[in-house]
Amino acid sequence: MTPVQIIFLLCAALILASALMVVTTRNLIHAALWLVAVLFGVAVLYAILDASFMAVVQVVIYIGAIAILFIFAVMLTRREMRDRGPQLRKGWWLAALLALLVFAGLAFLLVTQPGVNRTAAAIPPGLDTLGKLGTALVSPNGYVLPFEVASILLLAALIGAVYVAVSKK
Amino acid sequence: MSIPLSWYLVLSAALFSIGLFGVLSRKNAIAILLGVELMLNAVNINLVAFWRYLDPVQMAGQVFAIIVFAVAAAEVAVGLALIISVYRRRKTVIADEVDLMKW
Repeated sequence: MTPVQIIFLLCAALILASALMVVTTRNLIHAALWLVAVLFGVAVLYAILDASFMAVVQVVIYIGAIAILFIFAVMLTRREMRDRGPQLRKGWWLAALLALLVFAGLAFLLVTQPGVNRTAAAIPPGLDTLGKLGTALVSPNGYVLPFEVASILLLAALIGAVYVAVSKK
Repeated sequence: MSIPLSWYLVLSAALFSIGLFGVLSRKNAIAILLGVELMLNAVNINLVAFWRYLDPVQMAGQVFAIIVFAVAAAEVAVGLALIISVYRRRKTVIADEVDLMKW
């Protein structure tokens, strides 16, 4: 066991335990806070994977914006089912069975692929992945069109969200 | 980097399944969206892991993950706005009870 492996296993345990709390805890504010723990664990995984930009974006956008949006939405709609009545549907065991089957199928499919036990080669020295990512996002030979489409989608979604959520009275 | 690729894949499969369970079993619409977020994160782990293990010189994996980020942000904004709007009119956030297009 190398230190990186130990960090990975600790992180994986944090992610999976927090994810289970997200889907089972009764109090939705707590579920949103457990989601923050999951997102933070995923950010650590990105850092282990040498994806520094993704790690920062995970913290800034997911934890800083999306999780806070969830907490606000929970607080705005909370009165109705606060801590009373069952939070899970009647057929939840069927959902659990289906989720287990999906996990078994996915894990079997992925683990039996050839070359799946490889470890990563070191990043070639002098390769500036952050700079290459920035160039790829705005270069016409790279991904400038998907990038612009994503920004228009985001703009349209935010205007639509304001229009839908605004009180008409 | 002494971690086999399969560890990431199994972790993200587990996270995806937990999210799927949340989506299928929760009553509260906001909790369903929380499950969708878990599933999107599982996909992103896979994308970044494949980028790192297969070809770190090409940036396609990370660019794809960033597009997933943007779509996730758009989805959460519109989804939560819809839930808040439904809550204003119907006083409910339980997905089962929202089964009419017009009230």
